[in-house]
Amino acid sequence: MSMRGFAPKQRLSLGRKALQINWGLVLLVTATAAIGVAMLYSAANGSWNPWATRQIARYGIGLVILITIALIDIRFWWRHAYLIYGVLLIMLVAVEVFGSIGMGAQRWINLGVIKLQPSELMKVGIALALARYFHGVSAEDVRRIPYLIAPILMIGAPSALVLKQPDLGTALFLIMTGGAVFFVAGVRLWKFGVVAAAAAAAVPIVWSTLRPYQQKRVLTFMDPESDPLGAGYHILQSKIALGSGGLFGKGYIQGSQSHLNFLPEKQTDFIFTMLAEEFGMVGGLVLLGLYMLIMIYGFAISLRSRTHFGRLLAMGITSMLFLYVFINIAMVMGLIPVVGVPLPLISYGGTAMLTLMVGIGFLICVYIHRDVTISRHGAGET
Amino acid sequence: MNKDPGRYKSFSRRVAVLGGGKVILLSVLAGRMYQLQVIESDKYKTLADENRINLRLLPPPRGRIVDRYGRPLAINKENYRVTLVAEQVRDIDTMLDTLSGIISLEDYERQRILREVRRRRGFVPVTVRENLNWRDVSRIEVNAPDLPGLSIEVGQSRRYPFAEDFAHVLGYVAAVSEKEVTGDPLLELPGFKIGKNGVERIFDLNLRGKAGNSQVEVNAVGRVIRELSRQEGQPGDDIRLTIDRDLQKMAADRLREEKSAAAVVMDIRNGDILALSSVPGYDPNEFVTGLSTRTWRRLVTDPQTPLINKAISGQYAPGSTFKMVVALAALEAKIVGPDHRVFCRGFTQLGNSRFHCWKKHGHGWQDMTDAHKNSCDVYFYDIAKRIGIDRIAQMANKLGFGTKTGVELPSEKGGVIPTRAWKKALIGTAWQQGETLISGIGQGFILATPLQLAVMTARLANGVEAVVPRLVRPAGDADKRGAKTGFEPLGISKRSLDIVREGMNRVTNELRGTAYRARITEEGMEMSGKTGTAQVRRISKAERDSRVLKNHERPWRERDHALFVGYAPSDNPRYAVSVVVEHGGGGSKVAAPIARDLLLATQKRDPANREEAPHTEAASVNSEEI
Repeated sequence: MSMRGFAPKQRLSLGRKALQINWGLVLLVTATAAIGVAMLYSAANGSWNPWATRQIARYGIGLVILITIALIDIRFWWRHAYLIYGVLLIMLVAVEVFGSIGMGAQRWINLGVIKLQPSELMKVGIALALARYFHGVSAEDVRRIPYLIAPILMIGAPSALVLKQPDLGTALFLIMTGGAVFFVAGVRLWKFGVVAAAAAAAVPIVWSTLRPYQQKRVLTFMDPESDPLGAGYHILQSKIALGSGGLFGKGYIQGSQSHLNFLPEKQTDFIFTMLAEEFGMVGGLVLLGLYMLIMIYGFAISLRSRTHFGRLLAMGITSMLFLYVFINIAMVMGLIPVVGVPLPLISYGGTAMLTLMVGIGFLICVYIHRDVTISRHGAGET
Repeated sequence: MNKDPGRYKSFSRRVAVLGGGKVILLSVLAGRMYQLQVIESDKYKTLADENRINLRLLPPPRGRIVDRYGRPLAINKENYRVTLVAEQVRDIDTMLDTLSGIISLEDYERQRILREVRRRRGFVPVTVRENLNWRDVSRIEVNAPDLPGLSIEVGQSRRYPFAEDFAHVLGYVAAVSEKEVTGDPLLELPGFKIGKNGVERIFDLNLRGKAGNSQVEVNAVGRVIRELSRQEGQPGDDIRLTIDRDLQKMAADRLREEKSAAAVVMDIRNGDILALSSVPGYDPNEFVTGLSTRTWRRLVTDPQTPLINKAISGQYAPGSTFKMVVALAALEAKIVGPDHRVFCRGFTQLGNSRFHCWKKHGHGWQDMTDAHKNSCDVYFYDIAKRIGIDRIAQMANKLGFGTKTGVELPSEKGGVIPTRAWKKALIGTAWQQGETLISGIGQGFILATPLQLAVMTARLANGVEAVVPRLVRPAGDADKRGAKTGFEPLGISKRSLDIVREGMNRVTNELRGTAYRARITEEGMEMSGKTGTAQVRRISKAERDSRVLKNHERPWRERDHALFVGYAPSDNPRYAVSVVVEHGGGGSKVAAPIARDLLLATQKRDPANREEAPHTEAASVNSEEI
């Protein structure tokens, strides 16, 4: 079936697009962000300063960006996917170069309003670039190894740069986001097996290249109680705070462990612990439920989209969100090492908020343009 | 609809797999939450409380020590100290400069403060100076605006208002040393003090009380956020002594007329120690605040041993005060009767040795009471030789010599009462008869403490019970006259005791008795007693042939110890006394007058028959008017 010259809903007016915005999803995102603001208010012992107000401002800016991205035609994003990816890659290189020139281990570019971490935004960049790439590869070609070299490089280049910063957590994050797109794009399963085997074989080599503090993190992860005052302190204190919260929690702003500063970085990476201490398992499950609903939207949008680009992009974004949620919560509960991944939409931090809002902007963009078709080689863009 | 249905089919299948995987992983998170927050929640709740709840000890106020009428002898005084919280001070050096303009700070104090500030966390108060006087307190308070971070705190410190007079009885409290740390967490509190000597030490546990505690919430760095609960401790018990405060003071004042002396005044019926004094003493208050090295050196090098309680730890040859023991041993053994007579020509010959009487030309014929009155040595050489050392030792033990009396004070000494077996075991040679002779006049191996001398006197004055001394009144004991005391029977016949007591009566109350000049002339308060002069060095033959130096001609350390034991009233004894003046010279000249003054004062105050402290004159007038 040829799509050429047959595009009934190819053009939508801006007003009709705005009506098409998936307001249910926006509401879920806003609810989650509101919980985040409430937790930041609690983290400051019941004060809007220093975190809560600024987080609201960031959310506001993020929302504008989200709607802007959502309303722009998906074919524009398809067309410029590689460009965006390329710009982000240059920024990563720039951070690396400036960092090595003598600004210390700097991972961000100061834009005045926020300190932008290119490695965070690269998570969306990879999803964009891979979606564009696999969109143009037929089901048969996806099974051919030569066609996989380019996308592997697309993941490999930024991952290597991030690893060099060194930020093992984000590097793995990028690889897993890309891996998810690879998976849904139809790459044969045995190839994942080969990569996994190769990775397993590389473990001793990678281990030897890890910095001692990274090695220690992995080791204390295995048995955090062995070093309760040293590197295992964070995990143990997090588990104590979380476990002592019980089923219903200690009440808002009553989390003794968090507020007495036993909990490290309670406004950023360990904010879930504070939430679970103050609102208990019930509170934790409610938040987890919100994330699941957002992800269900992601899956539905992906499956509903008529372009392969849109489907892959939506799955990439949803996988990114999932990885944020899973890695952060598993980390604070002592299931995986402390890798420094924030809780999406909740943790205090500009770039993570921006990344999430951009990602969800793309998700809604895919939804608005769900009936737009793009040919494998760009023919559908009229 | 889709140009590539195969691709979409594969895609949706993969999405389903991915979605399933994510659901499983999110379930793992929920399961972990259940594990931590429901299954193991109790464990983490406990850990959380251990994290944030800190138990602080509240030191209990130490019990007071009071005299027999409840008048305080050791009290707790409010102690003002200035402390510094480093984090509230912008620049500690500048602040200390300002402070030294108000109270003078020594260099070493500054260094100690800076050292402690560095070692502790910023919010922990560091003591700048303790025991501030009112002037310093008010000057700091007035300047408080210029001294942020400084605050005045009130604690309690031990105070001994009578200082030296009670030092040897009360002892003192001082900081806990490392080896004294037991399980009691109180002892690990900074600044906590425990009894180190005297009653403070023996009754430390009673006086100490039970610690209270305060549960406080602390944050991760240990700063106190708030108090959760507070349980007041139990103050230490008061300890009520048998001592009469005024009598003790009087005894100390009287003894201080000599260089180095000790005295004990006892109730002969219940063993109450009414005064127990040893001079020179020391100021126990100095031990509480910490002694300077100079003061300490002075105290330990002083030849008059101010740190030693000579009344219980000083061991002296009892000299002639021991003659009653020998007399009683002889009478009880029925080897001699009261009318046994000995002719004293100034010495007695035993083999090649000659044993001298203190009176060079002899006393002539002496019976037993004469021998007491004149303290005739030859008489006692004779009866000692007849009865032997072991009978003497037996009687000495009955009267309380040779073992500790068990008074409630640390480092009491037991004295020495030699026997044949004792010498064989300790020295390894056989007992010599000459040693029996000199034991007969309380010299040689025999050693006794002033307290033992008082106990002996009390027992032979009591005549019925083997009185045991006590320093602390048992709680709840009415202790009125005639209250049953429950002592062991003394086991000496009244007949023998009457003879000895008559001899002691003649010592003081008959013209030319050795202590006649120190007699009590007040009607009904007459004293009976016995003098003693104990040689501290051997008098060589050459010296004796030329001339024995008078005491005041010898260096202090070589002068004789002066002793006196006595009781009063003579006809119905109630109080016993013993006095030892180290290197004081003759017992009759030096020790007897002190004993007289003590016994007279005791009888006039009559503490044994009084429940209330004697009023001041004005007060007693008032009470009579009502």
